[in-house]
Amino acid sequence: MTEAGTIEVAFRGTLGRFVLDTAFTVPARGITALFGPSGCGKTAVLRCIAGLRRMADGFCAINGTIWQDRTLFRPAHRRPVGYVFQEASLFPHLSVRRNLLYATRGRVPAAGSDRIGFDEVIDLLGLAKLLDRSPRNLSGGERQRVAVGRALLSQPELLLMDEPLSALDRLTIDEILPFLERLHDTLSLPVIYVSHDMAEIERLADHLVLMRAGRVTTSGPLAALQSDPALPLARARDAAVSLDARVEAYDAAYGLATCAVDGGRFLLVPAPPVAVGEHRRLRVFAGDVSLAREPQRQSTIINSLPARILKAAQLGEHEVVVVLGLGAEGTGVHLLSRTTRKSWDTLALAEGMTVFAQIKAVALASARNRADG
Amino acid sequence: MEGLSPDIWVAVRLTIELATVTTVILLLVGTPIAWWLARSRARWKEVAATIVALPLVLPPTVLGFYLLVALGPNGPGGAIAGLWGARTLAFSFLGLVIGSVVYSMPFVVQPIRNAFAAMGDRPLEVAATLRASPMRAFWTVAVPLARPGFLTGAVLGFAHTVGEFGIVLMIGGNIPGKTKVLSVAIYDYVETSQWREASILAAGMVLFAFAVIFVMTSIEKRAARVGND
Repeated sequence: MTEAGTIEVAFRGTLGRFVLDTAFTVPARGITALFGPSGCGKTAVLRCIAGLRRMADGFCAINGTIWQDRTLFRPAHRRPVGYVFQEASLFPHLSVRRNLLYATRGRVPAAGSDRIGFDEVIDLLGLAKLLDRSPRNLSGGERQRVAVGRALLSQPELLLMDEPLSALDRLTIDEILPFLERLHDTLSLPVIYVSHDMAEIERLADHLVLMRAGRVTTSGPLAALQSDPALPLARARDAAVSLDARVEAYDAAYGLATCAVDGGRFLLVPAPPVAVGEHRRLRVFAGDVSLAREPQRQSTIINSLPARILKAAQLGEHEVVVVLGLGAEGTGVHLLSRTTRKSWDTLALAEGMTVFAQIKAVALASARNRADG
Repeated sequence: MEGLSPDIWVAVRLTIELATVTTVILLLVGTPIAWWLARSRARWKEVAATIVALPLVLPPTVLGFYLLVALGPNGPGGAIAGLWGARTLAFSFLGLVIGSVVYSMPFVVQPIRNAFAAMGDRPLEVAATLRASPMRAFWTVAVPLARPGFLTGAVLGFAHTVGEFGIVLMIGGNIPGKTKVLSVAIYDYVETSQWREASILAAGMVLFAFAVIFVMTSIEKRAARVGND
């Protein structure tokens, strides 16, 4: 019933007048985002997984180990989770160092093959200068970084993050997100990340669980859900797909990085200097991809790739959202394109047709603004 | 302080002893009660809270009367006293301690309960997600965070025990070195027209009260500052 390599949860019950009936199975690796409007029960699910809330009708198994079923309930302090709350919730009576070492009762954990080392965390989250300070004298962003470090040093097998950025202002979020991205890239720890901000999810998540009114509506890999025209994500005004890419070259003169997505396909991405070999996430908005039947030779658009129209869905009266698979056969990663119904009809486009995707803008997901390229 | 009769010092010592023992017992007994009152969701917990708070409103003589009955030869106190061959717990130091514990309970329980309640669930949840057992979370998180409440409770409990009169008179009597505490001693000096002794003791109590209120205000100020950050 339970397998290693998966996170399997199911919780059913009422919270006041609210009915929670949630079940999902996701891979026990990478970042899984729980996404949905405020009050849809995301936090309740996270609390159930941590054992902070006990739902009588609940099941929870992580990587083959059952934490809760009909007869068993492991209390919170016996579950190897790290929990990052919305507010940092540092212990005000302890220094940053003692907060970080609370779970190990003051012992400094040495780095090991399967352990998260103290120095590693200090380094990853940039905490060296904060160690001997009191949490009272830290900024909001610093506190949240300490809270993440404290959770990591409890040597969790699963990291739970409950909108860790929502209490922070825009600038602080931009200061913290790179740390979370590094976390994602460096540690193999599975993370469940609650958020109602799609931009955060586009940057961080690998897997997505969509929730509404206490129920899971869909779950699956981020890219698959982003490019499914039946789901609200692809139909949103700011619909986008996230692409994982590897930096192959950097042209300092033009400020362009050559990024490989999906094996052999390359995109030129305007970016601040990045190192070759780095893995970065790109974001392409549906509104920035237009379609052409012929390759355009004289154009300011620098990314033009053959792609096949896999699916198209009408969007309102006058627009069409098109799912493209890169490559003439359409076997590559998916992109979304939003186009007018007039263009769709004029060019006589149809599903199964090979076209050229003209990508007006593609940006590193970590860049705050959409930059045209 | 020459010229003061030695029984003043006996009374002062006895009072400090009584207040210290009472405060220690109250912290030990009151903390679990305060914890339960702050955290339980039981519906009848407010009934229990009211019982603990009764001494705030009851005339000390009423409380003293019931205690006298309870501690006396026919009450449970008498049965306990029988264990070492005494007839009653009334008119003994132990009896005074029991009376003081009951009388000063609300002054200790209330501030500690408030401190536990103000802290909320979050720090304990954080501790739990960091593998702290409920016991460890209590000692390493709840108690340090509630420290202002403990200080306030201890100061108030001590001060009220020093100041009690009605109950002492009812269950303690006036036995020098055994139950004759300061408040009773003052009364005694006035009765016997020893005005000098009475005024010295009274002035001492004024200074004591001043110190107590001053310390309390400082604790609260510090707690507020800590809480605001």
